[in-house]
Amino acid sequence: MKRRVLPGLPLALGITLLYVGFIVALPLGALIYKAGTLGLEDYWRIVSSERAVASYRVTAGSAAIATAFNLVFGMALAWVLVRYQFPGKRLVDAIVDLPFALPTAVAGIALTTLFAANGWLGSPLASIGIPVAYTPLGIVVAMAFTSLPFIVRTVQPVLEDLDPALEEAGQSLGGSDWTIFRQVMLPLLAPALMAGVSLSFARSLGEFGAIIFIAGNQPMSTEITALLAFIRLEEYDYQAAAAIASVLLITAFVMLAVTNFLQARALRYTQRS
Amino acid sequence: MSASPSGKPSRVGDTPLVRRTLITLVLLVGAVLVLAPLIVIFAQAFSLGVGAFAATIAEPDTRHAIMLTVIVALIAVPVNTAFGLAAAWAVTKFDFPGKRLLIVIIEIPFSISPVVAGVAYLFVYGLQGVFGPALADANIQILFALPGIVLASMFVTAPFVARELIPLMQAQGRDLEEAATSLGASGWRTFWSVTLPNIRWALLYGVVLCNARVMGEFGAVSVVSGNIRGQTNTLPLHIELLYHDYQTAGAFAAASILTVLALVTIVAKVLLERQGAGRRSRVSVAAPVLLAEGQRP
Repeated sequence: MKRRVLPGLPLALGITLLYVGFIVALPLGALIYKAGTLGLEDYWRIVSSERAVASYRVTAGSAAIATAFNLVFGMALAWVLVRYQFPGKRLVDAIVDLPFALPTAVAGIALTTLFAANGWLGSPLASIGIPVAYTPLGIVVAMAFTSLPFIVRTVQPVLEDLDPALEEAGQSLGGSDWTIFRQVMLPLLAPALMAGVSLSFARSLGEFGAIIFIAGNQPMSTEITALLAFIRLEEYDYQAAAAIASVLLITAFVMLAVTNFLQARALRYTQRS
Repeated sequence: MSASPSGKPSRVGDTPLVRRTLITLVLLVGAVLVLAPLIVIFAQAFSLGVGAFAATIAEPDTRHAIMLTVIVALIAVPVNTAFGLAAAWAVTKFDFPGKRLLIVIIEIPFSISPVVAGVAYLFVYGLQGVFGPALADANIQILFALPGIVLASMFVTAPFVARELIPLMQAQGRDLEEAATSLGASGWRTFWSVTLPNIRWALLYGVVLCNARVMGEFGAVSVVSGNIRGQTNTLPLHIELLYHDYQTAGAFAAASILTVLALVTIVAKVLLERQGAGRRSRVSVAAPVLLAEGQRP
């Protein structure tokens, strides 16, 4: 143990604990306390109600599809940005962050207008029988948009650092590009991809602003869990709001643990190689 | 990589067919998913002409929403910055029990749905909350007023500055600060002259991202603000209100202000990344720090 010579621990730690306690821990504690006052039977009745379960299915299902899309598209985007040169590449690289920088409500109305039945993209899609806005597909589009940067940004640095000698070895052994990608490169990218997937999925589960505009918000079919909690509040059913919010909170904690585990593993993996 | 003597490309995926197909595909999907929404915002904002656009912006409710958004950012961002600096100083310059837990707790808001944050604040300051009745007796209004909006904004952005500073200060170590203090510099002097110059770009990076998020926050603010037009409507909430009032052009005019802010944020981000801020591989602060801790002999 090193001798402590630097000053400022009481002040810095004091401010930190005060802020974390007051801003983060207090509200979350109050939410858990409120949900806890319900009693097990009431709590279970609310969180396992038909409408709540349908909202979990809509939220988790859409998040899974959006993440699967981003896994493929994000991987392709990262690949193109790292491996190829083309005009406008730096602009594309910068604009990848737009979904992070753009307020979710703005993204919500923009995507809705774009994918509505009379929108630029919505009308051709509707004419071939694929309505997007106000359907479950709309939720997927909103989630895919808001979580787009995660997989790109976790894979990009790993792909940049990938040792060319590994590919060359594969090529000298006569492997086709596709075989080398699948058997040599993909396993090396897998930890970063998994970390990106968990971040993307977690973000999609919690997304609200972008989704409520484009989803039809119909109970049982296009109502996400966060919206259900919001609706219960507007109905002054605070206990139900607390119970449903607590489900989202527990899910977030689980996803946080998974994400940190996967990221630590991804980092360890890249540092070793 | 140069081509091998036989003229064959030397790296995987470098054949012209694969390259062109992938670039085209990615640009096409990117244009649909990212560029098209951006264009739609401005096309809709000016769909009724520049005059209508200016009229929407000049409307008292819109101006009030802009003002409120700026005020919230002016309070929440500096406070959050001070917290981020304090947290990073405490976590990276000292060892104490519970440090890892503290780092994880700081990161929590990043993974929580903004709606959950809003609901949680309701159970602290609302009438049905822990402090609600006492606050009502004392006639102190937190919810459906500026303090509630500021608090909710501070919750969602709590990790933003800290997560930029902690990994950087962790990597920089304590030697410089220890040298400064052993030469007789005070704590503040050490911080201002030694630490701050080393972390300024990362700090600014965190501040820029924090500001963008505060000004654009929707879910959490929407729960705690009460959406009172001309009073507790921030710009994102005002956009929702106009949109649901079928004033589409007005909603997009207001949205275009926040879009410009987003674009400015991205430009600032790129410029700061050139100064070495914001290593891209790091999306979570806890994992790298925990890893560094674990590897320490």
